Amino acid sequence: MKTNNVMLHTISRIVALIILSFSIYLFFAGHNNPGGGFIGGLMTASALLLLYLSFDLDRIKKVLPIDYEKFIAIGLLIGIATGINSMFFGDPFLTQYFEYYTVPILGEIELTTALPFDLGIYLVVVAVALLIILTIAGDEA
Amino acid sequence: MSLLHWLVLSPFILAIFIPFLYKWFRNIHTGWFILPLPIILFAYLIQFVTVGPGFEPVTHSVPWVPSLDINFTIHLDGLSLLFALLITGIGALVVLYSIFYIANKKDEPLNNFYVYLLMFMGAMLGVVLSDNLIVIYVFWELTSLASSLLIAYWFHKEKSRYGAQKSMLITVTGGFAMLAGFSLLYVITGTFSIQEIIAQSDVVINSPLLVPTVVLVLLGAFTKSAQFPFHIWLPDAMEAPTPVSAYLHSATMVKAGIYLVARLTPVFGGTSVWFWIISIAGIITLTWGSISAIRQKDLKGILAFSTVSQLGLIMSLLGLGSAALYFEVAEEGMVYTVAIMAAVFHLINHATFKGGLFMAVGIIDHETGTRDIRRLGGLMTIMPITFTISLIGLASMAGLPPFNGFLSKEMFFTGVLEASTLQIFQVENFGLLFPVLAWIASIFTFLYCLIMFFRTFLGKHQPEKLEKEAHEAPIGLLISPIILISMVVIIGLFPNILSYTIIEPVMNSILPGFEFAPNIYHWHGLNTELFMTIGVIVFGSLIFMNLNKWQETYFFLRERDPLNRVYDTGLEKLVTGSQAITDIQMTGLLRDYFVYMTIFMVGALTMTMFWFDAFTFSIDMNNVAPISPYIAILIALTAGVSLILPFIKHRITAIIVLGVVGFLIALLFVVFRAPDLALTQLLVETVMVVLLLLSFYHLPELKKEGFKPVFKWLNLVISISVGLIVSLIGLSTLALSNSAQFEGISEFFKENAYELAGGNNMVNVILVDFRALDTLLEVLVLGIAALGVVALIKLRLKGGEDV
Repeated sequence: MKTNNVMLHTISRIVALIILSFSIYLFFAGHNNPGGGFIGGLMTASALLLLYLSFDLDRIKKVLPIDYEKFIAIGLLIGIATGINSMFFGDPFLTQYFEYYTVPILGEIELTTALPFDLGIYLVVVAVALLIILTIAGDEA
Repeated sequence: MSLLHWLVLSPFILAIFIPFLYKWFRNIHTGWFILPLPIILFAYLIQFVTVGPGFEPVTHSVPWVPSLDINFTIHLDGLSLLFALLITGIGALVVLYSIFYIANKKDEPLNNFYVYLLMFMGAMLGVVLSDNLIVIYVFWELTSLASSLLIAYWFHKEKSRYGAQKSMLITVTGGFAMLAGFSLLYVITGTFSIQEIIAQSDVVINSPLLVPTVVLVLLGAFTKSAQFPFHIWLPDAMEAPTPVSAYLHSATMVKAGIYLVARLTPVFGGTSVWFWIISIAGIITLTWGSISAIRQKDLKGILAFSTVSQLGLIMSLLGLGSAALYFEVAEEGMVYTVAIMAAVFHLINHATFKGGLFMAVGIIDHETGTRDIRRLGGLMTIMPITFTISLIGLASMAGLPPFNGFLSKEMFFTGVLEASTLQIFQVENFGLLFPVLAWIASIFTFLYCLIMFFRTFLGKHQPEKLEKEAHEAPIGLLISPIILISMVVIIGLFPNILSYTIIEPVMNSILPGFEFAPNIYHWHGLNTELFMTIGVIVFGSLIFMNLNKWQETYFFLRERDPLNRVYDTGLEKLVTGSQAITDIQMTGLLRDYFVYMTIFMVGALTMTMFWFDAFTFSIDMNNVAPISPYIAILIALTAGVSLILPFIKHRITAIIVLGVVGFLIALLFVVFRAPDLALTQLLVETVMVVLLLLSFYHLPELKKEGFKPVFKWLNLVISISVGLIVSLIGLSTLALSNSAQFEGISEFFKENAYELAGGNNMVNVILVDFRALDTLLEVLVLGIAALGVVALIKLRLKGGEDV
């Protein structure tokens, strides 16, 4: 029996968008406020999960044709690459750098290599959470 | 990073590009891309060769883990230079040879071959050029790994896999022992640097840990250098392609053990334990290897055992020569240095003639399709160049003048004769053993050289037994062995071109403080050594003439070493034993595993707490923060909900209640103002509940579990003890921090998070900066776990399917 949950679909679309934007905020806020790659990643994963729950698996797979296995690899590579980066400057593996810059409109901002490292973690966390859940949920046997 | 560091790393860097070169330039043999590297490295290294007492050792250091005294320090002195020259020089010849040996066929995984070969080359250079014991160990194991990968190059053959596994198991086990020995050296001296350890050699010698250290370090050296009884892996390693055998199993890797012994001689030399273990192991290996070689029917098998025996020869010489250090730099000491000199000289000679012989055997194999001496014969006229190469190589190996093998064998006899007159280490009682065994071994060496020569090149040619029509090899295959064999002749005729350029600096590294006049003579009078050589030739020929009678004997018919059976049964017992243990342990019930884990955890923690007397803590209740009503309510709620859990029958309810516990804990974090933790906990809990609900459909329909009361009580006891031990640990940690002996590490983070990492959020700064390596590896584990789940579910075996 196919049910038509208009309410659920509409609301989850809006809510997923809110959660997603909040997760992105969390990810960028990480360095100075609560948040970061791990939490941001989990929150993104839960936003996507909400979509998977309220719509069915196949439809979301069609809309978001993402290969999560590749995302794990990409995330790890980003993490390792930022780590190796510091070795070129003669510092130990995974030394992070930061510097403050003044940008015309935004004012003073901080740029740090911890951010790409965090991005790597973020990607892995999103991909791992979704990969595990979707594999188990999509299991036919 | 100095040039020498890059020299060690360059093979690894080149290896990265091999898969691409292999893919893009399919019609060019991948070997051509490799060949320039060893040539360049060799040309660079040869600049260090000088005439005279040698050059000042070059040392460059790059810190790796300085806090543990692990530094990537390059130390280039005479000894390491000799080995580095061998590795790059013979490496270049072997690569050239392999280009013609392994055809550029479509299904031939040349990329694998050359990646492994480069990995090996780099690792070997690392072993001989490093000064730090831990770095040496890392490279050492890498050579084992590369070697077994190369042995298993034709992995579809069962024997290749067997040989690879055997070499890996034996050499890696020895490597572990060696690591333990290195650790003991660190305990004794407080440094991993060999040069610093040499400076403290009297501390090492007088240490009560001397004997275990020597034994452990030597286990590594002996397994690598195929000393009796660990030599059994070397004949099986002959399944590797012949260029590999020529390179790894005769010229370089198996000499790593020799290198280590030579390198550590200044540390341990002059002690009786070092002297006896090395000389005895060496002389037994020499004798056993040479006797075993005559049983072989396979040309490479003969060469393998011949290598074993020659390695034994070098090893025993190093052992005998180490006695020189006992006498300091006195006149008596000088007498025994001849043994070390013979060892070094023979090491070079062995690399040249054995490398050449392996390549010649490879040619025979390549052009006739077999290496079995029962099927070969009469190749002299068909393959004249190969014949000449083999003739010279075999004559040198048998110790006939005027080739270089003769010179080093005469020095070997001198060495053992001198050693038998030693007045220390109770040599008086056993001294005669050395010359006698050495002489017997030389007879057998002469004998197997004769067998190889006559059975392959003389006698009747039997084309019907060969797989291919025999003909001379193409020029490409011949260049490398010709170069090596010309070295044999040149060194044989003018040995002193080596003695002042190469040998003397090496001797200075092995026996620092001694002065040498390393002149090598062809004619040294009608002395005992010469008569021994004549005896070898006479007896060897006599036995050869009566060989037919011997060949029916029990000993001759058994091609494989009896020691192999020990290894095989040991391996089999290991498998069945671990299977038995696994059967007991793995019941297939997750519940059981969980019980095992918790019991182990509780047991280990309780034991530790008893051990350190951790129960006697006192908590100052006045220092503890007051418990606010919120906290009390939250804790009561959590405890209440947890207690309901065991009584829930319905599964979905259980999942939801479990979720409630998690959310309550998240609330607790909120109350304690840990927003990061609260957020994480909330999200993890959400995702977990969703996961459980999603996979709910797939959970197996377990029947209602009919526990016996005993198990119920057992479970209760286990859960209570887990709770108890965790609370105890929490309390004792609190007590410890209250007693103010330690400053919590959080203080450091609080102070430095903003200064050093530029972030206000301490948790995040710890994750991405202070402990970024942990984070990276944790994420890696997560990724592996996810892939594991995918593999388990998506690639699940269908019913009745087998791997």
